[in-house]
Amino acid sequence: MMKIIQNIGIALFIVALVIFAILPFSGSFKLDKTSFDTLIENHGIKSEIFKKNLEANIVGKEFAGYQAIAPIVQESINKANSVHVKNKEWSKKIYTSSDDLATAIRKKSGYGFIPENKGLMWFLTFGLGIIGALLFIVPQVVTLGPKGIKNDHIYHQSSTNKGWIAWLVFFFLVSFYLILYFKSEYAINWTYLVDPISKSLSGNPAGQWFVYGFMYCVVMTVMAIRMYIKYRHNKYQVLRTTSVLFFQIVFAFLIPEIMVRLQLSYSKGYDFKNAFPLDYDFFFSWNLKELLSSGGLGLFILVWGIVLTLVIVPVMVYFFGKRWYCSWVCGCGGLAETLGDPYRQHSSKSLFSWKVERWLIHSVLLFALVMTGFTLYGFFAETSTVFGIKVQSIMTTYSFLIGAVFAGVIGTGFYPIFGNRVWCRFGCPLAAYLGFVQRFKSRFRITTNGGQCISCGNCSTYCEQGIDVRAYAQKGENIVRSSCVGCGVCSAVCPRGVLKLENGPIAGRINPTEVLLGNDVNLMKFVNKK
Amino acid sequence: MEHIVIIGNGISGVTAARHIRKKSNKKITIVSAETDYFFSRTALMYVFMGHMTFEHTQPYEKWFWKKNRIDLVNGKVETVDTAKKKIDLANGDPIKYDKLIIATGSKPNKFGWPGQDLLGVQGLYSKQDLDQLEANAPDNKTCKRAVIVGGGLIGIEMAEMLRSRKIPVTFLVRETSFWNGVLPAGESALINEHILDHHIDLRLATNLVEILADENGRAKAVTTDKGDTIECSVVGLTAGVSPNIDFLKNSGIEIGRGVKVNRYLETNIDDIFAIGDCAEQHESIGQRRPIEAVWYTGRMMGETLAQTICGTKTEYKPGHWFNSAKFLDIEYQTYGWVFSERYKKDNEAHFHWRDDKENICITVAFDKETKQFLGINTFGIRMRHEIFDRWLSEKRSVSEVMEYLKDANFDPEFYTQYEDKIISKYNLDYGTTIRPKKKSWKRIFKNTKA
Repeated sequence: MMKIIQNIGIALFIVALVIFAILPFSGSFKLDKTSFDTLIENHGIKSEIFKKNLEANIVGKEFAGYQAIAPIVQESINKANSVHVKNKEWSKKIYTSSDDLATAIRKKSGYGFIPENKGLMWFLTFGLGIIGALLFIVPQVVTLGPKGIKNDHIYHQSSTNKGWIAWLVFFFLVSFYLILYFKSEYAINWTYLVDPISKSLSGNPAGQWFVYGFMYCVVMTVMAIRMYIKYRHNKYQVLRTTSVLFFQIVFAFLIPEIMVRLQLSYSKGYDFKNAFPLDYDFFFSWNLKELLSSGGLGLFILVWGIVLTLVIVPVMVYFFGKRWYCSWVCGCGGLAETLGDPYRQHSSKSLFSWKVERWLIHSVLLFALVMTGFTLYGFFAETSTVFGIKVQSIMTTYSFLIGAVFAGVIGTGFYPIFGNRVWCRFGCPLAAYLGFVQRFKSRFRITTNGGQCISCGNCSTYCEQGIDVRAYAQKGENIVRSSCVGCGVCSAVCPRGVLKLENGPIAGRINPTEVLLGNDVNLMKFVNKK
Repeated sequence: MEHIVIIGNGISGVTAARHIRKKSNKKITIVSAETDYFFSRTALMYVFMGHMTFEHTQPYEKWFWKKNRIDLVNGKVETVDTAKKKIDLANGDPIKYDKLIIATGSKPNKFGWPGQDLLGVQGLYSKQDLDQLEANAPDNKTCKRAVIVGGGLIGIEMAEMLRSRKIPVTFLVRETSFWNGVLPAGESALINEHILDHHIDLRLATNLVEILADENGRAKAVTTDKGDTIECSVVGLTAGVSPNIDFLKNSGIEIGRGVKVNRYLETNIDDIFAIGDCAEQHESIGQRRPIEAVWYTGRMMGETLAQTICGTKTEYKPGHWFNSAKFLDIEYQTYGWVFSERYKKDNEAHFHWRDDKENICITVAFDKETKQFLGINTFGIRMRHEIFDRWLSEKRSVSEVMEYLKDANFDPEFYTQYEDKIISKYNLDYGTTIRPKKKSWKRIFKNTKA
């Protein structure tokens, strides 16, 4: 019976997924003259050459969903800019990217079934997807049997053992991120589905980032239900899941949208929990300018952002470890702990990976700090070039390499293959910063329970951060590692009650042991030898 | 350079090797016929259930052995030549040793049941056993039913493994209640119920009579002393283990059930030692058994012997008894001695508490006369090893243990705490008025080595 319900769920989910996957390449687009003129005006484009050229190529013409518009726009940009550069008409040169323009053109020009049936289309994608997923997940209350650790068959199923389903998910996730970040014109049909929701929240039609934000919340909610069922015996997991879900929905999604709706002085929304340097563009000059010209609210956000990073974050890490942020508050962590939970076992535990991790994550932190130094210097010295390097080009490189490719495409797209914390472990500059505090000045540790470890390896296998937990536990040592995000799963999966996450006195936190508890070898002999 | 040869790459042998390397430059060779690399035997069940791959059960990466200059030889030792100080392998050149450590572990018991060597009949101890079970019981179509004989820790693990593949399991247990030679009645009853909750066909007070073969020499059914014939495809023999020392029979090394050793883990022959499951103490240490087939004791013997081999002659002095296990979804820990009704001494009294909803219970053993705390069993509650080790050394009274019980709790944060319920039951049972003290970090970390 349960199996039938679950199979219906899978079928519905696949239908929703297929429709969602077809959408970017379907529908029809035709831009009229009025819309074209507003669009050109809105983007502040002053080049007549561009306008004429693009108008001839686009306006009144029909485009199918799979036909790319960006290359046509790019062609017009190239033509126009070559003339303007030659004539040194700098004010007419076009800096807007062809992708952004193509996306805006599509948004204004879509017609036909999809934009005319937003509600229905939402139901066929998001709606069916949610219902299907829940039909698959909720019966697990029964199918998983009595409450407890339920990891049966994780390495037997192709979805969780890097088999063909995992690769399919990988392909889907990576494609989704590539469209989102680099080919956003194809995301327009998705934006239509959530237009009504966006309008009801911020008053504006949806862009691709609204699609992403909404989907993020939906996926987290559905997968949080899975967590609640899987870990219903474990209050730490239940509370932690509730916490990340709350911060994602309220802080990352609703508050920024509502800020836009209220048309506050600071015109963009702000995620109050997103701390620099994870929020890497906080100190970019355009943001600083906006903050400083937005009156009291702007100033408050500026001060809050600085205090959050310099005071709140490290003080909280001192008392509770970096887990308070990484696995109780953070959005990236939130997705990793919900959508990513089925893949946590894929993080590499080799010593080699640990070395790579330390080089990589600290390089990214350094990169973020140097970049911020440059932007701040550029801001205060009112220059766009520092040491002969264009500040803009550093920011663009970081946004592309770290913000999009690392955090998005690799960080989430590679969940099914590299595990769910690739970004958090190898890339997040905030995690690197919190890690320093956690390693050197914190009350947090994972206590090893005397000599009870049997080296079974469940803890290491299920550590999403690739920490070889067993290596410490079997020696009777506490685990004090900068990368630990305190998800608590090592403690949960331990069959012998060996591990406990706790905040306690600093003395004895790191406890190298010669001989484990239980063996009454004369310890003073060892102590005296040293 | 002195050559230390270790037979067996389980926890005992590998721990000895690691500690010898820490303290010396001696040449170390480990010989094993089971696997190329050390793995955690206790985790084999998780491989079968798909929680882990076999590689995950190996605590050290491959480079570890080379880096620490521990030579690994895959070979089966046929004989030990104590006169020439060498071991002969079934395949490969003999290996000369200066000191020999026997750490060959156990093998599953077989009690001469008719049909015990049929196809489809197996124990669960080695990597080979795991591979065999994978072949015998890949799914519930190949294996229509399994019968497990022997109600101990391996038996219940094997039942859990087979149930993970939805294979019907009949569990024959000689005792009238699960593991009640070790567990007090209340705990044993809790586990009985839990076994049934997992849809395992538990048959208490039932013995195996015979395993019947089909025309291909495969097990097809078992008969029991209750007169039942149970059709099955797989029979699991899990009635305990005994030392794996057949190859030593004519070596001149003194053997009883295991390799006889003194408190320094020395055998009757110079430069030959035995540790772990295969070692048998001449006289029991405290209330321990002469042979202890437990992960922790194997490790402790390895640690101890490494001291002796490296020049600090050290007696094997296990501290307070502790152990742990997991019965399906219920974790079990024990510190000190809590005996079952069968083995309980006259002075041992038990306080038992069981929660009315959850699968949680504890039993505290104490001396009737002196009220000294003797030990604790917990089911579904984790306890802090260091605290109980200290309390046992300090010979605390049972009422003190109750009063400070919150200090000992090791459950994850935010878990429901049961100490108040436990103590009010204790007060009710014994007419006391103990009020539980709040958990104190200061007390918990008193005496910890910084």
